[in-house]
Amino acid sequence: MIATRDAYGEALAELGGENDKIVALDADLSGSTKTGVFAKKFPNRFFNMGIAEANMVGTAAGLASVGKIPFLSTFAIFAAGRAWEQIRQSLAYPKANVKVVATHGGVTVGEDGGSHQSVEDIAIMRAIPNMTVIVPADGEETKGAIRAAAAYKGPVYVRLGRNKVANVFPAGHKFEIGKGNVVAEGKDLTFITTGLMTAQAVIAAEKLKEEGISARVLHLGTIKPLDKELVLKAAQETGAIVTAEEHSVVGGLGGAVAEFLGEECPTLMKRVGIYDRFGLSGKSDELLKYFGLNAETLIEQAREIVSRKK
Amino acid sequence: MKEKIADLEEKARRLRVAIVKTLHKSQSGHTGGSLSAIDMVCALYFHKMRHNPQDPSWEGRDRFVLSKGHAAPALYVTLAECGYFPAEDLMMLRRLGSHLQGHPDSKGTPGVDVCTGSLGQGLSMANGMALGFKLDGKDNRVYAVLGDGELQEGQIWEAAMAAGHYKSDNLCALIDSNGLQIDGDVSKVMNVASIGDKFKAFGWNVIEIDGHDMGQIISALDKAEAHKGAPTAIIAKTVKGKGVHLFENKASYHGVTPNDEELPEALRCLGCCD
Repeated sequence: MIATRDAYGEALAELGGENDKIVALDADLSGSTKTGVFAKKFPNRFFNMGIAEANMVGTAAGLASVGKIPFLSTFAIFAAGRAWEQIRQSLAYPKANVKVVATHGGVTVGEDGGSHQSVEDIAIMRAIPNMTVIVPADGEETKGAIRAAAAYKGPVYVRLGRNKVANVFPAGHKFEIGKGNVVAEGKDLTFITTGLMTAQAVIAAEKLKEEGISARVLHLGTIKPLDKELVLKAAQETGAIVTAEEHSVVGGLGGAVAEFLGEECPTLMKRVGIYDRFGLSGKSDELLKYFGLNAETLIEQAREIVSRKK
Repeated sequence: MKEKIADLEEKARRLRVAIVKTLHKSQSGHTGGSLSAIDMVCALYFHKMRHNPQDPSWEGRDRFVLSKGHAAPALYVTLAECGYFPAEDLMMLRRLGSHLQGHPDSKGTPGVDVCTGSLGQGLSMANGMALGFKLDGKDNRVYAVLGDGELQEGQIWEAAMAAGHYKSDNLCALIDSNGLQIDGDVSKVMNVASIGDKFKAFGWNVIEIDGHDMGQIISALDKAEAHKGAPTAIIAKTVKGKGVHLFENKASYHGVTPNDEELPEALRCLGCCD
């Protein structure tokens, strides 16, 4: 188990050694976002921009326009939230080669409460043209995603968490932007999941087996562009979809899948996520339980959707 | 030098004519702020900046950021005059299919390096470029033209703080201080004075000039380049709509273009007989 932000810090520092065009920016959170690992190794290529997120985004755009590959980090709420318009205008509109790696996404930020819990960022980043949106499941995938983001030419938003998460992928897992992974095969329904919910879906699928329900687990590490091929295949082959994300059910993974299938292949669907409300203070495991972001909810939803199929 | 100044003044006059004609044709766009900024843009492109219209992406070029992106006509007529694209393109300003968007768009226009228009973001980008050049040990310089109303955006002061902190002496901000914004006097809408003191407080070298005096503009740009250890802000006192008495000092001409009746008089003011 490792936190995705730790994997990010490690991967970024490693990449920094391979490519001197990579620079990092942070807004006074380098200890938390883990850009500090890069800063220690490459102090002249690290810019602490202070508590000024909008300017950090613009500065990164300027650095990109003279050939650098900037990775900028802060908490998801301040990147996708406070600096949304800067990301839209200064990064996405000109297709600036900047990577926004936002940490502390979702409710697992915990005790800091609703003000710090970003449950809308996937939706708002996904709505911006030219933007690629990545939400890794674990540390291994994060390392691959950071590498892929660096190699990709254009703006990328990577959403990471604060806490340690269970491993889903083996060491050396290859990440490809826009490609999902079938983590478990199944024929009665498909869990389409992202971020830390993929590990929960794997647990749910195992338990459902005992009840005679065969659940496929399709992990989408990239929300945008959507892996339409795998989503369509899942809809056609299993006839029922349960999406799950540590995010609002409005406009995120569930929204993306529903939009696509609604036009291409209307399919029975359930969305597991946060139902149009703000987060709360609490321990992260308590919050996940409170919001039903766990294997138990996935099992309930799977049972119900399978019964509706008949 | 006198000759050089006279030459630039004549260029600026011709660019004013081009702005008026372009905006009359488009019937959409910003007249006042384009005319107030044009002397500085002219001095930058025809005197100060290293650039190559034959090779718009030449790495050795200095960079220009029109942070007050609504003054795009001032930039477009200058780029056309330099030869970045044909002058006929100006007649397509703001039209569907044209590469000349209402606000500068780096994706389609040769010579435009950054997308601007949403006020307050240009200085951050300019400082990012300046930091990038310093990192590579390059001597390219970065120039950004900002509006005084634009200074009401908080991000400007974040950028001013950062450029001061990082001692970006390859960065020069030119403040087109015409004193007017859409809703009226800058001092009445939201007073940002004293601009020079504010930049000084963030560690900048500050030069105050008459933004329509070509000699003062050139001298300020030279001083900015010579100043080491801090970015320079040139606070240029300007007149909105400068050069055409119909538009001068009128907030109402912020986003209004010359109509058919105004065009002959505007061109006459600018000494244009054709």
